[in-house]
Amino acid sequence: MIKVIVNVFLKAGVLDSQGKAVHHALESLHFNNVSDVRVGKQIVLNLDESDDKKAMADVTKMCEELLANTVIEDYTIELIK
Amino acid sequence: MKVTILQFPGTNCEYDAQYAFEKLGAKTEILWHKSESIPSDTDLLVVAGGFSYGDYLRSGAIAKFSPVMKAVTAFANSGGKVLGICNGFQVLTEAGLLPGALKRNESLHFISKYHHLKVINNDNIFLEKLNSDDIVNIPIAHHDGNYYIDESGLKELYANNQVLLKYCDASGDDKKNPNGSIDSIAGICNKEKNVFGLMPHPERAIESLLGSDDGVKMLQGFLKA
Repeated sequence: MIKVIVNVFLKAGVLDSQGKAVHHALESLHFNNVSDVRVGKQIVLNLDESDDKKAMADVTKMCEELLANTVIEDYTIELIK
Repeated sequence: MKVTILQFPGTNCEYDAQYAFEKLGAKTEILWHKSESIPSDTDLLVVAGGFSYGDYLRSGAIAKFSPVMKAVTAFANSGGKVLGICNGFQVLTEAGLLPGALKRNESLHFISKYHHLKVINNDNIFLEKLNSDDIVNIPIAHHDGNYYIDESGLKELYANNQVLLKYCDASGDDKKNPNGSIDSIAGICNKEKNVFGLMPHPERAIESLLGSDDGVKMLQGFLKA
């Protein structure tokens, strides 16, 4: 069993309105040392798989086909034993 | 003239679309997404608005894998006319039948109101009953209507007259828009000009008693087929 964490964020250069709104809210709480906020989503998968390489290849395909919209989003994949 | 209207779990504009096209004299059929084929007499396929699959993950992201979508892609690729309204537009971009993507509205609010739109290109069957720079008043109702496309994609849209409609005010000024869309774009088509997508709802602007019948002129373009 491999646990996989996928993080999906808007690409750099694509305006992140939610990040901006959260940033403003933090400033209104007087956290003035925050220079940037990005809001994304995390998808946690449990794979019945023992081969890291195969897991990575499968999850990359999942990201390309469904989990991220690569027109506007980037993703990262992290395998956890 | 036969209009086939797709219905996914969560679609909620299929009956408005049916009402609109029947009022204009077309025959209609509502097609459940489990169908693996499209009726062979279909002249126009409408991907209606709503919240397919609850908008889970992203608007339109799950619907693109519905059984019917393979047939939709084949129909579009063979020149069949496809119109995606609101969630239908989101489904068509997710499925790769239209370029770009629809992001969360810049204000983060769901917006539901009448909005003026300006016709940009009318050299296509959808808008041929209208003239460039005509202004129509059509309802919008969406949370994810913020159209995005990268710079090279945007250039290509303009070069091929694929930008159909822009948000504007009553005087036609399109500098401000309700949702943050790039260049105030509200609707586009593909390069071949047989697949159309827009966030506003022409099918909800069919009766002047209910606020506007500007949608009639838009949908009529399809009816000569």
